[in-house]
Parts: sequence; structure tokens; C-alpha cells
Amino acid sequence: MSENTHEHHDVIAEIKKVTIILSVLTIIELILGFWMIGITAPGFRLGIKGVIIILMMAKAFYIVAYFMHLKHELKNLIMTIVVPLALFIWFIAAFLSDGNSFRNLRNNYNPYFKAQSTIKVEAKEEGAHATQEKGGAKAESKEEKKEAEHK
Amino acid sequence: MSNVTAASTKEAKWWNGGKSPFDVEYGKVMMWYFLMSDAFTFGAFLISYGTVRFSTNGWPDPNKVFKSFPFAPEGVNAPLVFVSIMTFILIVSSVTMVLAVHAGKMMDKKGVVRNMIWTIIGGIAFLSCQAWEWNHLHHEGAWWGMNPFINADGTASTTNFTNFFFTITGFHGFHVFSGVVINIIMLIMTLMDKFEQRGHYLMIEKAGLYWHFVDLVWVFVFTCFYLL
Repeated sequence: MSENTHEHHDVIAEIKKVTIILSVLTIIELILGFWMIGITAPGFRLGIKGVIIILMMAKAFYIVAYFMHLKHELKNLIMTIVVPLALFIWFIAAFLSDGNSFRNLRNNYNPYFKAQSTIKVEAKEEGAHATQEKGGAKAESKEEKKEAEHK
Repeated sequence: MSNVTAASTKEAKWWNGGKSPFDVEYGKVMMWYFLMSDAFTFGAFLISYGTVRFSTNGWPDPNKVFKSFPFAPEGVNAPLVFVSIMTFILIVSSVTMVLAVHAGKMMDKKGVVRNMIWTIIGGIAFLSCQAWEWNHLHHEGAWWGMNPFINADGTASTTNFTNFFFTITGFHGFHVFSGVVINIIMLIMTLMDKFEQRGHYLMIEKAGLYWHFVDLVWVFVFTCFYLL
């Protein structure tokens, strides 16, 4: 029984520790998110986004390792779960670079796409009329695009 | 006689009893495999979102889209505030779930019941927050196929933003909903002394794995839609 209560305190201490870590990581993420609102430099924004993604992975690790108890399982079980998930590294690298390449190709060879994404539109007022105004704005921007094409 | 020995040496190549390779219960291994397949489903959704976002020149600014708060006056500018509350609700309900799992291991029925009730309350609170947010966005004119928000650089946006937002948060919300239903069933079974009769609370551990997975997915969804 005394061993049991000793283990009990260890587990509770670990839960407390992980709770604090997860909360702190979330708060740092939110501070970075608020900070990013006022920043316009694209390179700097990208750096902050990178930090946020690293913090996200750290949170995921703590949830899976401690809350889902995977760290304390046998190595066999850990491996059957973690190794297949390594495919995600490839998925993310391949698909995101594919998307990026598609954008570059369209910007280079599709003048309509390029023109469409440079026309500024008015921000709509909030409220019940939002959908109607949206339709109007869309039609307008289409006309503008046509003009841009003719030029 | 020689036939029998041949058969047994043939069988000896395969694991047939003795020390368990994973040393966990069958249902728990299967729950892990289910969660892995679910992780691939969510991963496919989020990667397709990322791919489309990378292939587009402009994208709406989440701080301009998600800036409202319940009971706040019209036109309030509070980016990230509401979603951070939702995130903390889910983290806290995950903690109470771990405590319920731990109480189950200690065969402490009262602890299981108490922590399961808190977990269920957390899940319902999260769902209510999400329902409010969806309803609010719908009133602003956002839905599948409708996007009232312009891109961050002031250009016209496509409906990709709202399509992905509602599909992925909706799929996650459906997982939260089924998690709450599972947790309520677990609470009822605990109250009926089902697990005391079985002599173990392994079902609580399996429900716990599912609930933590829901929290885990929210970590990714929250980062991808509200922060990046």
C-alpha cells in the first residue's frame, strides 16, 4: 500500500508538471500570435510562424507522451505508432512544395490569375447584408478583371 | 509422431503465447490503431488546406475574421481571445481525463466519477463555444461556399478559406461530440459499478486515449487556422 501511494504521488506530480508545461506553451503561442498582428515584414512573420509550429509540435509531444501515456509503453508499441506517422514528414514536404510550385506556375503563365489576385476590393460592413454585398463585389471585380484582361 | 514434431517446429516460428509483445490489452492496441488512422484523416484535411493556401496568392487574416466575443458590443476587436478560452477549456478537460484514468488505476470509483463529470462539462463547454462561433460567422455571411472576408492584402478572396474552416473544425467538433457521448456512457457504466465488477477500469483508459486525441487534434487545428 505504501508503494502504491508513493507511485500515486509521482503520477499526480507528473500530471501537474505536464499541465503547467502545456499552459505555458499555449500562452507563449498566444503572445506570439498577438505580437504578429502588428508586424508586416514577411520574413519576420515567417520566423514567428516557425516558432509557433515548433511550440505546437512540443505540445503534441507532451500530450501523446504523458497524457496518452505512450512514453511509458513498451518500445514495440511506441514504434508501431510513431514510425508510420513519420510518413507525414514526406506528405507535408511534398504537398506544400507542390502547392507553392502551382502558385508560381499560375503567376507566371496565367495572366488572369495574376490579375485577379492584384485587384483591391472594399472591405464589407459587418451585418445581415454581408452576403448580398459579397455578390455585388464579386460581379464588380469580375468586370474589372475583364478590363484588365483586355488591356 | 514425427509429424507432430514437424508441425510444432513449424508453429514455433510464430508468436503463440507467453510474454506479450506490447504488454497492453487488446482493446487498447486497437484504440491506438484507430487513432492512428484518424490522425491520417485529419492530416489529409490539414495538408490539403496547407496545399491550397500555398497555391493561392492571398488569404484572409485570421485576426480580422475571428475577432468577436459573446455578449460583447457589435464591432468589438478582440482577436484570439475567444479561441484561447476554447483552447484552455480543452486542455483542462484533458487534465481531468488523465486524473480520471489515474483514479481508475487506483480503483477509486469516486475519483473516476468526479473527474469524468468535469471532463464531460469541459467537452460540452467547448461544443457550446464552437456552436456560438459557427453561428456568429454564419450571421456574418460565412458558410460553405460563402466567404465575406477579403484577403489580408485587400484583394478579393475565394471560398477556400471558409470551406476548409467549416469542414475541418466541423469534423473536429464531431469528434468532440462523440467523445462527450463516449464519456457519458463511461460515467453511466462507472455509476452502475460495471468496472468494479470487472475488477479494472481499462474502458476509462481507452475513452481517455480518444479524448486526448481530440485535444491533440485541436492543438493542430487551432494553430493552423487561428495563429498562422
